Amino acid sequence: MDFQPTEDQKDLRAGVRDLLAGRYGREALRASVDTGAGVDRALWRELGEAGFFALRLPEAEGGVGLGLPEAVLVFEEAGRALVPGPLVATHLAAGVVPGAAAGTAVVSAFDLDGPLVAHLADADAVLGASGVPAGEPVRSVDPLTPLHRVAVAVGDVSPYREAGALLTAALQVGSALRTVELAVRYAGEREQFGQPIGAFQAVKHLCAQMLVRAEVARTAVYAAAVTGDPGEVAAAKLLADGAAVRGARDCLQVHGGMGFTWEADVHLHLKRAWVRAEQWRTAAQAEELLAQELLGSAG
Amino acid sequence: MDLTYTEEEQEFRARLRVWLAKVLPELPAAPSPDDWPGRRAYDLGWQRRLYEAGYAGLHWPLDAGGRGATPTQHLIFLEETERAGAPYVGANFVGLLHAGPTIAAEGTAEQRARWLPPVLRGDEVWCQGFSEPDAGSDLASLRTRAVRDGDDYVITGSKIWTSHAEVADWCELLVRTDPSAPKHRGISWLAMPMDAPGVTVRPLRTLAGSAEFAEMFLDEVRVPVADRVGAENDGWRVTMVTLSFERGTAFVGEVVACRRTLGELARTAKANGRWDDPVLRRRLGRLYGEFGALWRLTQWNVSEAERSAGGVPGIGGSVFKLAYSHARQELYDTAAEVLGASSLSLEEGWVLDRLSSLSYTIAAGTSQIQQNIVAERILGLPKGR
Repeated sequence: MDFQPTEDQKDLRAGVRDLLAGRYGREALRASVDTGAGVDRALWRELGEAGFFALRLPEAEGGVGLGLPEAVLVFEEAGRALVPGPLVATHLAAGVVPGAAAGTAVVSAFDLDGPLVAHLADADAVLGASGVPAGEPVRSVDPLTPLHRVAVAVGDVSPYREAGALLTAALQVGSALRTVELAVRYAGEREQFGQPIGAFQAVKHLCAQMLVRAEVARTAVYAAAVTGDPGEVAAAKLLADGAAVRGARDCLQVHGGMGFTWEADVHLHLKRAWVRAEQWRTAAQAEELLAQELLGSAG
Repeated sequence: MDLTYTEEEQEFRARLRVWLAKVLPELPAAPSPDDWPGRRAYDLGWQRRLYEAGYAGLHWPLDAGGRGATPTQHLIFLEETERAGAPYVGANFVGLLHAGPTIAAEGTAEQRARWLPPVLRGDEVWCQGFSEPDAGSDLASLRTRAVRDGDDYVITGSKIWTSHAEVADWCELLVRTDPSAPKHRGISWLAMPMDAPGVTVRPLRTLAGSAEFAEMFLDEVRVPVADRVGAENDGWRVTMVTLSFERGTAFVGEVVACRRTLGELARTAKANGRWDDPVLRRRLGRLYGEFGALWRLTQWNVSEAERSAGGVPGIGGSVFKLAYSHARQELYDTAAEVLGASSLSLEEGWVLDRLSSLSYTIAAGTSQIQQNIVAERILGLPKGR
């Protein structure tokens, strides 16, 4: 047993981190918030060229031929950088929807319960559906995740549910780890009462708990990627949602008044984490699934 | 990232299973928790069987009489013994997991030959004389004095929270040998025989009602200078070398046990109708997910330790302990919800476990100290004034 990333996996993660740092750093993130632009098609194609969407497609079909463990490492990085757009749905559509693998098509999915769907206006296709339905725009809590209300949900996502939940969990873990970094950096810089606020135990303990939740969730995501077990995937989604949402809230708290401003990035992490927590598998659904599995295991 | 076990590891597991299936039915009945002499005999009997089968000191180095097993083999050993319902390490805890490894790492050849084989054979029990009434989380502020007198140290002071003190043969004792040095520097590590004149042990009852640990009073106890492990005034470093010796495996058996308990709870809830409460059912589901993740985190830490080949393990254990100790307490609070008023009866085994789970956020560094460790040493936040 060697439950640690291989050198190739570490290299892959580092490569994606570098790509995103150069191509979608903080200035790009804030620019897309300011312009309210939808999916950046040029970035989408670059992600496609880097193999982001075709990662798990077999080489014979023009893909990279890697598996879920590699995919979660890559999605963790996208979550850290807060890359907007239907990353998971487009990845799942690779090899199914023309252009998805290369990043020339933007594919959305009806992965939320109820009548809302994300990134509908930018979508060239909907996962598992034959067309793109019309929808009324609604004001989205996340400035980088536009939402539309539709009359009828189209596209059956059930075949994609496990992978969708796992990759979304990986995005959440990346965001959770990023908010730990943001909190620690701010706590080390911001001085009150003549010392950095990070010297106060109350602040330290917030940061430590953020890391504990993120690390437990990260291990759950990696393990689920290795085993593909539906119960482990549900646990990974549940823990990653909690780590991302609570991590962003604690990060906001560490930032004090600054955390409540539009200028700080914290709210972007929190709002995206809220969106992702509703996608593919909610906490209630994950807990029910785990409860049934527990009862089965108790035999 | 690979969660499959090698062929060698699988063979090790298979052999262990066969042995456990043979030996466990031969064990005598377990003594009551308050019967310390009975517990000592029982735990040493189990240790003797492990020794005879070649499983004693599995994770100890070969030159210390151990088996030099990899962290993964140790993980498998702890997982399988818990799963099979084998006895807990019990009274041998300090000898096998702390004092022994400390002597193995820092002792002289004579010291290793004197103290290590009896631990492995199940002949001698050790206890840990570290904490004092005014030196708990702030261990380095300990005040028990050892003054040189010829070839002896003369020791005066007191220790507290000393598990197994009533039945121990030896105590790994931290004493202050230089009161004028900075507090981490003037400490030495001694092996003290528990039957030495001047040693008085007074059992302390825990909130669970049992005498789980003791106070120890030391009144001019004489210990030969030759029984000091490591250099004089170097005891803090000697202690730190082994405090994190367990390489991610400290809670393996307990995580396995918690997952089994959750299964029993689900069955109980199904039988008594509480399963129909969606709030409780979901809470059980979430705990199941959490303990599954904690098991994976254990495997992660063990794999990390294995890659660090021989090095002192990292401090990722603090992350695990923080998550685990709180999850364990929530597990037993949830058990009480499943049981309802029955959770007020001490005849329910879970009730004693619920009470004992309260120690997990205190023992071996409180959650608050662990959070400081995570914040300062992992995250790099500044130390407070």
